[in-house]
Amino acid sequence: MIALGQFLEVLIGGLMSGVLYSLVALGFVLIFKASGVFNFAQGAMVLLAGLALVRALDLLVANGFPLWAAIVLGIGFSAVIMATTAWLIERFVIGPLVNQDGLTLFMSTIGVTFVIEGAAEMIFGSDVYPLRLFPTDAWFVLEGLFPGGILVNKLDVWGALIAGILVAGLALFFQRTKTGRALRAVADDHLAAHSVGIPISWIWFVVWLAAGLVALVAATVWGTKLGVQFSITFLALKALPVLIIGGLTSIPGAIAGGLIVGAGEKIAEVYLGPSIGGGIEYWFAYVLALAVLLVRPQGLFGERIIERV
Amino acid sequence: MRVRDTNEILLQVEGVALSFGGVRALKDVSFNVRKGEIRAIIGPNGAGKTSMLNVVNGFYHPDRGTITFKGRTRDRMQPFEAARGGIARTFQNVALFKGMSALDNIMAGRTLKVRRGLLWQALRCGPALREELEHRHRVEEIIDFLEIEAIRKVPVGRLPYGLQKRVELGRALAMEPDLLLLDEPMAGMNLEEKEDMSRFIVDVNNQYGTTIALIEHDMAVVMDLSDRVAVLDHGVKIADGTPDEVKNNHAVIEAYLGVAH
Amino acid sequence: MLYREAGQFKTTYAEDMAIFPISQDRIALAVLLGIAFIGVPLLATFHIWPFGSDYLLWAILLPFLILALAAIGTNILVGYCGQISLGSGAFMAIGAYSAYKLATGVHIPLAWLGFAVSIPPLPVLASILLGGLIAAGVGILFGIPSLRIKGLYLAVATLAAQFFFDWAFLRIPWFTNYAPSGSVNAPALDFFGLIVQSPIERYLLCLLLLTLMALLAKNLVRSNLGRQWMAIRDMDIAAELIGIRPLYAKLTAFAVSSFIVGVAGALWAFVYLGSWEPLAFSIDRSLQLLFMVIIGGLGSIMGSFVGAAFILIVPIMLNLIPTELGVPLSTETITHFEFIIFGSLICYLLIKEPHGFARLISIGKEKLRLWPFPY
Repeated sequence: MIALGQFLEVLIGGLMSGVLYSLVALGFVLIFKASGVFNFAQGAMVLLAGLALVRALDLLVANGFPLWAAIVLGIGFSAVIMATTAWLIERFVIGPLVNQDGLTLFMSTIGVTFVIEGAAEMIFGSDVYPLRLFPTDAWFVLEGLFPGGILVNKLDVWGALIAGILVAGLALFFQRTKTGRALRAVADDHLAAHSVGIPISWIWFVVWLAAGLVALVAATVWGTKLGVQFSITFLALKALPVLIIGGLTSIPGAIAGGLIVGAGEKIAEVYLGPSIGGGIEYWFAYVLALAVLLVRPQGLFGERIIERV
Repeated sequence: MRVRDTNEILLQVEGVALSFGGVRALKDVSFNVRKGEIRAIIGPNGAGKTSMLNVVNGFYHPDRGTITFKGRTRDRMQPFEAARGGIARTFQNVALFKGMSALDNIMAGRTLKVRRGLLWQALRCGPALREELEHRHRVEEIIDFLEIEAIRKVPVGRLPYGLQKRVELGRALAMEPDLLLLDEPMAGMNLEEKEDMSRFIVDVNNQYGTTIALIEHDMAVVMDLSDRVAVLDHGVKIADGTPDEVKNNHAVIEAYLGVAH
Repeated sequence: MLYREAGQFKTTYAEDMAIFPISQDRIALAVLLGIAFIGVPLLATFHIWPFGSDYLLWAILLPFLILALAAIGTNILVGYCGQISLGSGAFMAIGAYSAYKLATGVHIPLAWLGFAVSIPPLPVLASILLGGLIAAGVGILFGIPSLRIKGLYLAVATLAAQFFFDWAFLRIPWFTNYAPSGSVNAPALDFFGLIVQSPIERYLLCLLLLTLMALLAKNLVRSNLGRQWMAIRDMDIAAELIGIRPLYAKLTAFAVSSFIVGVAGALWAFVYLGSWEPLAFSIDRSLQLLFMVIIGGLGSIMGSFVGAAFILIVPIMLNLIPTELGVPLSTETITHFEFIIFGSLICYLLIKEPHGFARLISIGKEKLRLWPFPY
């Protein structure tokens, strides 16, 4: 019973941290679906959103604003920053590179990553800034069944809740709004979309803005968990294998991929880690993605890629 | 040089069928190409001509049917195996290596003839250098033949369309193929360029004795150039014979002009 | 007016295929090699400006030589063969740790088979080259997925290599000969009895290896194999139809690239760092190499040199210029500026000149040949 209890605890903890990967992966999927760009900068965007939020919050609270007002204003400020970033990226990088091949676009987002990271730290500072938006204590559940119960972090539950709302919101946005439909059209064939009068640069701005806001949401949860700091960008990099596993174009895939990676790496760490030196979490996601690529290159939920001459 | 009069069959396509997720591009197509001839495959848009070429050089694998080339029958092969067997190919929308010069593109066509391996090529001396020079000589002959001396060092991405088509033909010739497949060699050309290209095709056939199978839209060109013409419509062969026979065939006239009601 | 090729007639194809067909370029190269092989060591021996201290040799020239070598390796894979790699750092690490193991003696206890494999310590040069070969082998292994997946997907596969080997060299004590700190020390640099010790000797060693390998790499990319790589990069389907086997072309690119990167890694560890930890070969190193290649010029051996020089010089300038102006920047600010400069430069070059500084230089030479006429 103890073994099962421990397993459940590891599993739940893993699934919950998987939700965090999914949050970042969602931003990737949005951009990839709409513009075919594999956005390396998503992690940097999480860092930027988090830094803007936490620094604004600290400043407002220090100047005597009540906490709720500071939170509202801080999130507003961070959203404005993300909108500006989205506009700059569309205007100066992705716009001029339209019709280039995927590799060039990908490398350009690596450039964008460096600019964002450098600028964000230069403007907002480069320390570790604690962020407390959500409760971080834990519940112990099923105490009747297992001795000591199973530990569940409240923050993780909040994260899962937020991810759920975000996915529902995005689904509604894609299916029901005019911009959402235009977005799907652009994703199918951006030249054709352009020729029927859909303003591409506007659409791409909206997509990058949406990805920026998703990054902001991810930053609130991650920032609470780890503090806002540079290493967030490395954790966010894990969204790449998450995507490969889930399938690049699939929102449910991003969620499922995140859960698989989160649970898999925790279980591997706890049960396999001690025998091979620990720290499996560091590479588990990537190696799993590599295996998926070899067996099923389009990912678990992705569409099959067919080539023509 | 020309060996037009032999009846030796170089390529035999037998009962080939091909479909893409329900769309049947080819239905039971058979035809042959004789050694030394210029063979044309014509047909309206969407008749399955390009699919036919793709099957012949291994890019698509037919659902049914066999391909016999130089007496060897195979059902599945990779494109590079077709190339090794002696089949070269040009494309409807030029498929050159955009970042390389015209010379390098044609030199790349010599890949199968290169004997020296990685280490020799890295050292680039003695036999490796001699070999490289031999290939260069051979390629320069082709460049002279196609009259593209002036552009040999120009990256092909910067060349006008007509010249790109010529470089592509040069790359195929560099392979010294037994069978040369040309996918609409005159598409998008003006009259003068078409005349040049026709001359090159006839000369290749005459001087090197290369067997040629070509797809073309321009009927006048096809009727002048080719020895025999096969006509495809909706994935079915509707006629096959000399240009004169095909010209007067009812099914062909209907396919091109629509059925009179 | 000096840069004219009038009167230089090429009468053989061999002359036409020379690396530098114009005689002025050959003279310039000879001068450059003269300075590098003779001038610099002489100046440094007698401590003549700018070699008053060893700073220039240690902090600029030595890292430049080694990273330029690594950039050539990266360029072969990314620039010539079009296969993105975010794992060059890992292949440097593989070269470094393999060379370390070979130089200190390999002992693999195979207890369950009842015996152990032992290789006595090898000479340093053999270790470095074998380290490169082992990196090449691992490179082939991680290149296999490239046969099924393309471009962006491959980026993740190479990230897998990066993170896995970061971890392996940190956590598996066998690789570090059970060093308690996880940091290892290079063996004495003994080359057939000649001990390489001083900065000048280290510089000459790296210069020699770089020159040799750059020449071999240049030979490869202008031979048939190089054309196969570029053909795969530009249009893989057409490449297959002229008889290029994707398997052979891609895996040789992975092997050659990883070999060069691996040797560079071994040099970085043995000759430059002396003692090192896995952190020296982290993903930051991979990105740095990628940046060198993009900025210097994708698909250009010379570009690799230019890119490496640029990436190394910018931080030094950022440090030097404000200090001279009386407004010294903190190291942190310098790092941030570096990030912004490199990032925006990459975006700019990808938009305006995807072939980087190398293309800008060749355009400049083109203009110079015609000067003072525009065309």
